[in-house]
Amino acid sequence: MRLKINGKERQYPEPISLEELLQQLGIERQGLVVELNREILPLERLAEIELKDNDALELIQFVGGG
Amino acid sequence: MERKVLGRSRVGIAGVGGLGSHVAVALVRAGVGGLVLADFDSVEESNLERQCYFRDQVGRFKVEALSETLVRINPVVEIRCFPVRVTADNLVELFDGVDVMVEAFDRADQKSLLVSTFRRRFPAIPLVAASGVAGIGPANRIITRRAVENLYICGDGKSGVGAHTPLQAPRVGIVAHHQALAVLRLLHGLDPCDADNGDGCAIEN
Repeated sequence: MRLKINGKERQYPEPISLEELLQQLGIERQGLVVELNREILPLERLAEIELKDNDALELIQFVGGG
Repeated sequence: MERKVLGRSRVGIAGVGGLGSHVAVALVRAGVGGLVLADFDSVEESNLERQCYFRDQVGRFKVEALSETLVRINPVVEIRCFPVRVTADNLVELFDGVDVMVEAFDRADQKSLLVSTFRRRFPAIPLVAASGVAGIGPANRIITRRAVENLYICGDGKSGVGAHTPLQAPRVGIVAHHQALAVLRLLHGLDPCDADNGDGCAIEN
């Protein structure tokens, strides 16, 4: 399966869910905003998202302080 | 976005702590005519080290204390104040009608909630957020970048607040002014990050 993550192409041998992808990449859920195919995902739905071939993801991680 | 008349433009600010209070002051000084401020917090003595409040305002709602300061700068500025916690449910009601939105919260989970909810509800309104403002790292690492359509993020993207990286007035102030400048450029119809598209010298009010 081919995914575009923050502009870079990546290849995955097996289908992967968003949850699994975030775990593999070591990305914390706290402060995360995800755009899938140019649409921002509601935070409460992140756990249910299955990814498809050629999906384009933007993972935006916010850190605390302000 | 299209160019707006500054005096008739309205900017929303979610969170008026170290970032939001300075963004508000800069925008009012620059001539922005309307602000919508939301924050449930009250001024504490510990805020004075980096937020735009004064000792005699301790104990008051930040949005109210800040409006008083802003009106001292420009008596005709139109300010709507909401001393409430911003949630996914009240966000539309609070910020409906703003030309540009500013995310100026402290906690990472509040930032992502505001950004994802606002982007979904108001896809056409530019949002200027902040991430990576803590510590005393070099100022030159702080940038304004476009993350996705209509979402700009100011900061170094990395320096979260922690035991070894407390929030410090100069760096939070730099990010706040990156945000304010991004808002100003958007209101002038300019891209906040495009160095080739106007240096801003020809601004007319």
